[in-house]
Amino acid sequence: MSATEYLRVSKLHAFYGESHILHGMDFTVRRGECVSLLGRNGAGRTTTLRALMGLTGKRTGSIVINGREAIDMAPHKIAQLGVGYCPEERGIYSSLTTEENLLLPPRVGSGGMSVEELYEMFPNLAERRHSQGTRLSGGEQQMLALARILRTGARLLLLDEISEGLAPVIVQKLGEIIRELKTRDYTIVLVEQNFRFAAPLADRMFVVEHGQIAAEIAQSELAGRMDYLQELLGV
Amino acid sequence: MNEIFGIPLPALLGQLMLGLVNGSFYALLSLGLAVIFGMLHIINFAHGALYMMGAMFSWLAMVYLGIGYWRSLLLVPLFVGAIGIVIERFLLQWIYKLDPLYGLLLTFGVALIIGGGFRYVFGSSGQPYSIPPELGGAVDLGFMFLPKYRMWVIVASLTICFATWFMIEKTRLGAYLRAGTENPGLTQAFGINVPVMVMLTYAFGTALAAFAGVLAAPTTQVSPLMSSNMIITVFAVVVIGGMGSIMGSIITGLGLGVIEGLTKVFYAQASSTVVFIVMVIVLMVRPAGLFGKEK
Ligand SMILES: Nc1ncnc2c1ncn2[C@@H]1O[C@H](COP(=O)(O)OP(=O)(O)OP(=O)(O)O)[C@@H](O)[C@H]1O
Ligand SMILES: [Mg+2]
Repeated sequence: MSATEYLRVSKLHAFYGESHILHGMDFTVRRGECVSLLGRNGAGRTTTLRALMGLTGKRTGSIVINGREAIDMAPHKIAQLGVGYCPEERGIYSSLTTEENLLLPPRVGSGGMSVEELYEMFPNLAERRHSQGTRLSGGEQQMLALARILRTGARLLLLDEISEGLAPVIVQKLGEIIRELKTRDYTIVLVEQNFRFAAPLADRMFVVEHGQIAAEIAQSELAGRMDYLQELLGV
Repeated sequence: MNEIFGIPLPALLGQLMLGLVNGSFYALLSLGLAVIFGMLHIINFAHGALYMMGAMFSWLAMVYLGIGYWRSLLLVPLFVGAIGIVIERFLLQWIYKLDPLYGLLLTFGVALIIGGGFRYVFGSSGQPYSIPPELGGAVDLGFMFLPKYRMWVIVASLTICFATWFMIEKTRLGAYLRAGTENPGLTQAFGINVPVMVMLTYAFGTALAAFAGVLAAPTTQVSPLMSSNMIITVFAVVVIGGMGSIMGSIITGLGLGVIEGLTKVFYAQASSTVVFIVMVIVLMVRPAGLFGKEK
């Protein structure tokens, strides 16, 4: 294992009940790197993140996070390795206020952002801290879902479709935030449908098809592989 | 002149008081059921048996160990809570993924085993448990006598009920509980040990039932059969209030106790059925219960 490798997924199979969804995912992410998982609807990208968090049914293969094997760990143990998960449906709790949502995830590492810092980064959340979490707009809920895992000191962020369904200004703001996180040396897995959003941010892109990695494209190869991506993703 | 609708005021207030006492028990028990249902999605049919154990263990502790009322009030809920942990670890945890009906059947079975076991060992005759001396007697309010122990039951139950409500709705631990209730998977993925939280929630619900049992011991004959009437009414209360709402179960429990008490004054024949009449009416108007959320 190279010293800079932060996440290594090998021969990962995952099931929902009887359905076999992931068929041997293989990829690695280096410390401080931002990779994107691209693919068609139903390719298995959400399932990959959920399998990393231990939220699918049966899993086999290997998931090494910061040197620790996590394939048999319970979800809370995986989180405690320093992983922050932002689910596709955002997962804002309606029975919690905005601030309670923000403060919910316990610390899983040192050096998380302070609440003040986060309110500065997301002023809307400060304004609406006492509102019920699900009363926020879609964009605000996305900000909240992101902000609450930045507080915990997680160093590996698993972000599922954070740009989905949001207005262009908000998508742009999210892009700035990801850039900011990259300068702070976070390791990020960005699951995206929105190629235009992901392409400038990702150091490498993995194309997922039928629960496997079909291709790996580095940022530098991007121009040459546009035709391939276009055909694959319809972008 | 001390009459309302031809009912002497002291009689009315006396029944109101009794209604509040019963309502306090309904509130404590239905609160425990609501807390358990919220987190485990199990309708805990063992609740009456746990309540009965609370009273039986206080009686046993008194007779065999010389442990008095006040210490029982603390120790018995802890002990029964520990039994709750055993029930959760050995039985309930295996059926969370199944239809809630299995939970109902399993806890019903547990209730039968506990009830049968206690009847086998102790028979079904009632045992007296005396009111602690500090709470004996009554206060003369001029227009009526107020038994101190009844006052204490109301105050103690409501204190515990509102403390529970505050803990769940207003504290950080409560935020974990609410989050775990709403989305257990994601909550666990944030690093919170949800399985342990579920276990402790069940233990807490059982401890609440046992607390009600200890409180009830001096008000009734302590016996393995003491929960049978109570628990049927409590389930009606839960149906009326709607499963899962904390404040709803407290208010409904108290309210129905009062309605029951007042019915005794105005039309005593209906006093044992009024709760079920209310239940039928509520079910026709709001099938999810007064405080329940429609699916
Ligand atoms: N809970 C589940 N039970 C059974 N099958 C599921 C479940 N969730 C997803 N699947 C199936 O797994 C496959 C992969 O789904 P996944 O959500 O991982 O796709 P995705 O790549 O995230 O696509 P998108 O988010 O665009 O729909 C799909 O065929 C889907 O139908
Ligand atoms: Mg998805």
